[in-house]
Amino acid sequence: MTEILIKNGFVFDPINKIDCQKMDIAIKDGKIVKKVSESNAKIIDVSGLTVMAGGVDIHSHIAGSEVNLGRLIRPDDHVKDVVKKTALTRSGTGYSIPTTYVTGYRYSKMGYTTVMNPSMAAMKAKHAHEELNDIPLIDKASFTLLGDWWFALENIAKGDFKECARLVAWMIRSTRSYAIKIVNPGGLESWGFGRNVHSLDDEVPNFCLTPRDIIIGMAKVNTMLNMPHTIHLHTNNLGVPGNYKTTIDTMRALESVYQGDKPIGHITHIQFSSFAGDNWAHFKSGAEEIANYLNAHNHMTVDIGQITFADTTTMTADGPFEFALYELGGHNKWVNSDVETESSGGIIPFHFKRKNAVNAIQWSIGLELSLLIKDPWKWFMTTDHPNGGPFFHYPRVFAWLYSRKAREATLKNCNKKAQKKSLLPSIDREYTLYELAIVTRAGTAKALGLKNKGHLGIGADADVSIYNINPETTDIANTYKSVRKAFGNAVYTIKDGEIVVKDAEIVATPSGRTMWLDVQTKEPCRINDEMKRKFKEYWTIEFDNYPVTDHYIKVPEKISIKASV
Amino acid sequence: MTKVIGSVVCTICGCLCDDLEVTVENNEIIKMKNGCAVCEAKMVHGYKSEERILKPHIRKNGKLVPVTIDEAIHEAAQILTDAKYPLLFGWTSSASETQHVGVELAEELGSALDNCCSVCHGPSVMATQEIGIPTATLGQIRHRADLIIYWACNPWSSHPRHVERYTAFTEGRFEKSEFKEYVQKLKAKASQKKVAAAIRRTQVRYQSPSRPKSALVEAPPQTLAKEGRKMVVFDVMKTMTAEVADYFVQVEPNRDYEIFGALRCLVNDQELDVDTVGGVPVDYLKEIADVMVNAEFGAIFFGLGLTQSIGRFRNVELAIALTRDLNRKTKFVVSPMRGHFNVTGANTVFAWQTGYPFALDFSQGYPQYNPGEFTAIDLLRRGDNDATLVISADPGAHFPKGALQNMLKYPLITINPDWNAISRLGDVVFPTQWCGIEQAGTAYRMDSVAITLKKVVEAPKGVPSDEEIVRRILEEVRVIKAKKTATDAADGNVSQEMVGSKKRRSKSIEKEMY
Repeated sequence: MTEILIKNGFVFDPINKIDCQKMDIAIKDGKIVKKVSESNAKIIDVSGLTVMAGGVDIHSHIAGSEVNLGRLIRPDDHVKDVVKKTALTRSGTGYSIPTTYVTGYRYSKMGYTTVMNPSMAAMKAKHAHEELNDIPLIDKASFTLLGDWWFALENIAKGDFKECARLVAWMIRSTRSYAIKIVNPGGLESWGFGRNVHSLDDEVPNFCLTPRDIIIGMAKVNTMLNMPHTIHLHTNNLGVPGNYKTTIDTMRALESVYQGDKPIGHITHIQFSSFAGDNWAHFKSGAEEIANYLNAHNHMTVDIGQITFADTTTMTADGPFEFALYELGGHNKWVNSDVETESSGGIIPFHFKRKNAVNAIQWSIGLELSLLIKDPWKWFMTTDHPNGGPFFHYPRVFAWLYSRKAREATLKNCNKKAQKKSLLPSIDREYTLYELAIVTRAGTAKALGLKNKGHLGIGADADVSIYNINPETTDIANTYKSVRKAFGNAVYTIKDGEIVVKDAEIVATPSGRTMWLDVQTKEPCRINDEMKRKFKEYWTIEFDNYPVTDHYIKVPEKISIKASV
Repeated sequence: MTKVIGSVVCTICGCLCDDLEVTVENNEIIKMKNGCAVCEAKMVHGYKSEERILKPHIRKNGKLVPVTIDEAIHEAAQILTDAKYPLLFGWTSSASETQHVGVELAEELGSALDNCCSVCHGPSVMATQEIGIPTATLGQIRHRADLIIYWACNPWSSHPRHVERYTAFTEGRFEKSEFKEYVQKLKAKASQKKVAAAIRRTQVRYQSPSRPKSALVEAPPQTLAKEGRKMVVFDVMKTMTAEVADYFVQVEPNRDYEIFGALRCLVNDQELDVDTVGGVPVDYLKEIADVMVNAEFGAIFFGLGLTQSIGRFRNVELAIALTRDLNRKTKFVVSPMRGHFNVTGANTVFAWQTGYPFALDFSQGYPQYNPGEFTAIDLLRRGDNDATLVISADPGAHFPKGALQNMLKYPLITINPDWNAISRLGDVVFPTQWCGIEQAGTAYRMDSVAITLKKVVEAPKGVPSDEEIVRRILEEVRVIKAKKTATDAADGNVSQEMVGSKKRRSKSIEKEMY
């Protein structure tokens, strides 16, 4: 493997507390090393440029059954964004849900090198992995939807957390996944008969437990299994005015299992769970309350799910939410896709508009949260691609974070009512590049427990992104447009020590790795005949045919962890 | 040596039953448990057919002669690169790994790419693109559905285990199987027949010739009011499935659209001013609408009767719209009865690489989609393409004459395991393994759940998998193209592509067929 020396760049590496230092980064065999000999190494002179670790996205729907169904129903979306084949790269289409290859290329162009695919129905895991294999240039991992899995519900209802943990470990291994995803706990099971749950203490029909039990139970299981990431939680009542109370209830519920060391839960796309007001007419922001809670507590992390005002496609495992969205009217296409014994799903194409009061307030909520949460290690930047906006709009979000001027420019064009309600004019905070590196790579890598990612210390994966921003001479807040452009067009992206993007052009297309956890429990879950019979009853696939085999993962990276049960 | 292999997946229809138990002796399947008759016909007997292609063939002087695989690959690649606009068609009886390479080949060639979806459930996919679809995996229906509607399909014959594995006759967590009741019904019917026969024998002289009763003149049966799972069939004729159902509604051909419309009105509490719709009395429809609204969980399965009759994708659109309306009152899902075992896979694989499920074109360097323009039959009938590759499909037996005539004007490459109609007409004929019997891979069930196909027996010696063939053709195409670019650059000539005329084939084969 070639050696690379990146010379004279301004390095931002928050995990190693390096803030805008002029230093060299040496790469050998796909890892960051202390030094390489200048005569052997390929030297890249990046004087006057910004050097960061490769971006780590904590929540972006890039592959799987749901995502693909979204692609399938939107030919209208593809026709306006086509990508030609080149000698090196494959063709494809966009816009809101780019095809697999295009997804890899576009992430890489922004300097992102690791992406989490956060919503994978266990039964459809093979499909998700087949798609992930086709996404080049980035490392990826998936989170399995386990919050409404019958086996888990039954064991939590019984209070048998140990058995539940063993089953979850089996499931994580069998689906080659990385974390536990919980979506609208209890709600998806209720949706099986067209109903939903509306608070943490509603009973889940037929299972004798409440969403609160599921969340706390799964958090316990997560701790027992020593998972690198926390539970990844999509709250109940998502997308309902007044739901910030449910969100705070959820976070309070998790206080009871917090052990005081590392966070116990991660609430994803919290923007959609921070609504105040009693109904859509009185819709307003609950960002301040949420931010105050998060500033006072340390047991949670969140990502935002920022709105970027795009014609996009919303998709979530939260089937009842998508149905409620469909019921609001004005939507031509509605997809619901239930998955037996496990989960559900829904898709609706949605255009977030500046001139729509609710959409504009949602946009404001996302930014209010980002700016009011004091500690950038507690929150991370996402658009919940493609729900809030496609991932290649990230540079726009960056601009709103580091430039008040950019925020004002957008707010000026927003709905008048929304402008009045927005807290943004009262917030002066502007993110520095150092803080931006936290919310886009360092913090996410830390929250995900990825030790070799998100930083440029010795031994880290050689994933580096280099942007055309000179932090010494540029006033990023005032020249936000050029900086925004720089973030969208990396000068270099280096993936595992190989230059894959140069001057915003793809120059190599290695396959990324798929990370998965081999959770080793002290005693494996009891897969006896009784269990197999249950499998046969619950699913329409045979037990032997259920697990994802090695065949489905092109470049696997198995991470073994020892559980405490 | 005999061995028994469990959890084998059937490769016939979109049900992809994966509980087969196969007994293999001396590299031959001799016995099978759990499979339906159709499955047994293929997996125990059919695949051993004497019509099996064992060697690659190339047509020389009008006759197919056996050649080496390298020769056939080169010839195929040459044909495809020489052609201005080839069409790659089929794919639905191949594993998704093969389909995956197929997209890459089409992209490399700048060709048209279509799968059998365009002649079966293409309209269903188009309807989904129009208004989405509320659907569920089959297990969800097994556990929860207390109302199952089969519309314009006959699973008893086409998807024989659908009813038994996924709907009315399976035991779910919340719904019980109706199989016992069905058996009772059969017994009752048999004794009724005996009684009727006895009466007939005694009164034979006075018997007026009886005519079979139409379902339309029968009063709505009591069975709709019964507890537990109900199965309703809408079709133009009384099929085997209808015999099993609790209620059968006979629809006039091509009138499904109106009936969906009427049901939508009734479900939304509107009155109808007519007595019959599509040949069905409104009173009956009212009763069905009530049953639909009162169901805890309903499921509609529809078949080619909707997609291939007048109205086509608009029929499906209304079926979906009816399901959407019903979701306001209760829970309802709708799902197409996909035919070939991996037609859903073809849609899926094409969609994640290109954004589109079928009817694709790469002539501009990027994927384009337009059913009616790039769908195989339309494209062939216009005579747009000048070479065809057919894989795991038999348009020779199923395509209209005009389309086939145009196809046969130009070189034809086929990749199929046996000598079916299209293989016999090919210019380059590849042998291949039976997917799911001799070759492992992935297939997508009708509810787009991926299932791994097993390799049960070894393929005959020298017969490659279709994935290998397509991959090798792709590699050869790249080699030929690279050479061509090199020679063109050296000569400074205009590319052959620009001046060359379409390469026609000899008329003899056309005559052979017609």
